[in-house]
Amino acid sequence: MHAEEKLTYETWPAEPEKSTLEAKNKFLGFWLFLGGETVLFASLFATYLSLKDKVPNTSQPLAKDLFELPLTFVATMLLLTSSLTSVYAIYHMKNFAFKKMMVWLGLTALLGFGFLGLEVYEFNHYVHLGHKFTSSAFGSAFYTLVGFHGAHVAFGLAWCLSLMFRNAKRGLNLYNAPKFYVFSLYWHFIDVVWVFIFTVVYLMGMVG
Amino acid sequence: MSTYAQKKGFGATLWDFLTTVDHKKIAILYLIAGGFFFLIGGIEAVFIRIQLAVPNNDFVSAGAFNEIITMHGTTMIFLAAMPLVFAFMNAVMPLQIGARDVAFPYVNALGFWLFFFGGIFLNLSWFLGGAPDAGWTSYASLAIHSKGHGVDFYVLGLQISGLGTLIGGINFLVTIINMRAPGMTYMRMPLFTWTTFVTSALILFAFPPLTVGLVLMMFDRLFGANFFEVAQGGNTVIWEHLFWIFGHPEVYILILPAFGIFSEIFAMFSRKRLFGYSSMVFATVLIGFLGFMVWAHHMFTTGLGPVANAIFAVATMAIGVPTGIKIFNWLFTMWGGSVKFTTPMHYAFAFIPTFVMGGVTGIMLASAAADYQYHDTYFVVAHFHYVIVGGVVLALLAGTHLYWPKMFGTMLNETMGKITFWTFFIGFHMTFFIQHFLGLWGMPRRVFTYLPGQGFETSNMISSIGAAFMSVGVIVLLINIIVTSVKNVRVGNDPWGDGRTLEWSIPSPPPFYNFKQLPLVRGLDAYWIEKMEGKKEMTPAEPLGDIHMPNSSFLPFTTSLGLFIAAFGAMYHVDDKGWALPVLFIGLLVTFGSMLLRSVKDDHGFHIHKEELMNEDDNKGVKA
Repeated sequence: MHAEEKLTYETWPAEPEKSTLEAKNKFLGFWLFLGGETVLFASLFATYLSLKDKVPNTSQPLAKDLFELPLTFVATMLLLTSSLTSVYAIYHMKNFAFKKMMVWLGLTALLGFGFLGLEVYEFNHYVHLGHKFTSSAFGSAFYTLVGFHGAHVAFGLAWCLSLMFRNAKRGLNLYNAPKFYVFSLYWHFIDVVWVFIFTVVYLMGMVG
Repeated sequence: MSTYAQKKGFGATLWDFLTTVDHKKIAILYLIAGGFFFLIGGIEAVFIRIQLAVPNNDFVSAGAFNEIITMHGTTMIFLAAMPLVFAFMNAVMPLQIGARDVAFPYVNALGFWLFFFGGIFLNLSWFLGGAPDAGWTSYASLAIHSKGHGVDFYVLGLQISGLGTLIGGINFLVTIINMRAPGMTYMRMPLFTWTTFVTSALILFAFPPLTVGLVLMMFDRLFGANFFEVAQGGNTVIWEHLFWIFGHPEVYILILPAFGIFSEIFAMFSRKRLFGYSSMVFATVLIGFLGFMVWAHHMFTTGLGPVANAIFAVATMAIGVPTGIKIFNWLFTMWGGSVKFTTPMHYAFAFIPTFVMGGVTGIMLASAAADYQYHDTYFVVAHFHYVIVGGVVLALLAGTHLYWPKMFGTMLNETMGKITFWTFFIGFHMTFFIQHFLGLWGMPRRVFTYLPGQGFETSNMISSIGAAFMSVGVIVLLINIIVTSVKNVRVGNDPWGDGRTLEWSIPSPPPFYNFKQLPLVRGLDAYWIEKMEGKKEMTPAEPLGDIHMPNSSFLPFTTSLGLFIAAFGAMYHVDDKGWALPVLFIGLLVTFGSMLLRSVKDDHGFHIHKEELMNEDDNKGVKA
């Protein structure tokens, strides 16, 4: 099988993300890239934990003064659901159902935008409470860790939309199927990182 | 001649190299760029030795000395040793596993251009207000207070070139896992391929902490963050940890490929199978694993406490075991072999005692209690030059002589090669052996001068004369390269006559598709097996068919250029220059625009048809 072949529902392979050599390479290379990204976020988490609540004077808010569960809970739900919708998208990709895949991808992007909107609102809120990027080491570490994740979400959205627009008219083939698949891997990865941020930054921030 | 190999003008050749995705041409680019930075780093080293040759010298000022030592270390590690290692990985590894290219040829080119623009950016600091001056480790307590833009050049330049290295590592990993020729099992891979594999894994996990460290430093210096501002709650030890979590694996990233090159040389020129192949593989993997467990031995005097120091001391000493396995295997490879003293073999032979000396001082430094005495003295300088020059640089020089015919199709002159070896080798020991004692006598590192009457004069003078010898060695190598390139005597597939691995079974330089038919690998040292059975070439594993090749692209260049432009914007943004932010955005736009273009523009590559491959044979008048 090669990338330019015209395929139908009957001839579509069971694992379109791994059916050509290029696709196999992309699949493996992206998993390895995510391994590197894991170390990147681990370094950011370590930095955050060592600088948590390190502020120059007592007038500045600490983690327990800032975080509120309702807002983060909604954000978490939006992102977790978007991971689920991207699973449905890939399910339809594997079944050669292009239109259904696009619908679920669109939903994924919408949920992603919702999450990003909440994050912008949240950051703006904290800045007004005196918790700024430049005001303390705590502030720098918080906005760097959570902001890096937010930037990953923003990049993922741009990626998702450009894939959707690029392939809107031509449907699925073995050249673009791995691209959709790799995007979904990325999206799950951002989701997993968020689970850790929710636990380490928000939950641990509120209890201690 | 084939339709693909035509004589081209200078402009066409230049465009070819700017857009190439061929691993062999990218290897040449790495070799040229890495060689260029090696010369710059070497000139900086000579300046250091001139300044320190006599006491109270004023050849350079104290400030300039700080810049020179910082740039010497940074250039040699990041811009010379790394890319030169990458040059050989690119040139040889795909051939050794019988692949037609790497897994991601486009990413390979992108990796090179990122490294190149990062290196150029870093070195432009000399002309734009001063180079970084906080040492190659750029400890935050010093670096955030450094005046001017020197450290900004360090942070942004290394960030850009580091990204290039990271994607290069991923590329090699996927290549080795997915693209081995039929029969090339993991335990039949040549040792250089194995070390490339483990090194790439180290790169993948070691570079992200550096990325994060550099991001934190960039935010602190350029965007008002407080990671390292103690008064704002910051902590400078975070930098030390992040830097060394990267920095220690980095030294194994450099030395493992060196071990790989020497393993090839010992087997080739002892005309004997590498002794203890499987234990060599095991030792390589173990060194790679332990390499991540020892970073805090650079921080014994930071004050992490006796428990942490003890654990890291023991872990460090443990690395001596797999390294010792390797040393004995190399010795036993030569034992009973029919040893041929070619230039590469000179380097390999000299490497063993030299590197063992570096290892012994390493064990001394690993004793945490004793380290308080050695810390920040010339003893440390002597130690790491023994392992990095005595290991990595000797391997790179050996590799240059060994693989030159495979890369360029002509042999370097052996006599001049041996002159290079002897001057460099003698000069090296003259320069650095005495520095052990300078350190033990109390001379601190990174000082720009010393007073007379402290007993340092003679030793420093000896050390500086040694540096002159090393320079002569490098100059002879350059003359050798020029002379042999002008003569350009073409050589065949196996110019050394003792090739054991697949790269020696194909023409020098190989055609751009490497293997017309993928070879069938029947064991370790695949080509040697065929030769021993009286065959001249590999048995093909597939019928002659169309070959799929990737298209060239200019986008790797523009993607990297965008980051280069953006870095200037980010840096001058702190000076309240009106143009800085627009430049930052334009640069990022170029980078992300190039990435978008790459994503939306289909790139299916092209096919070389079977008929063309057959025509080529007819024209050369050989087999059908």
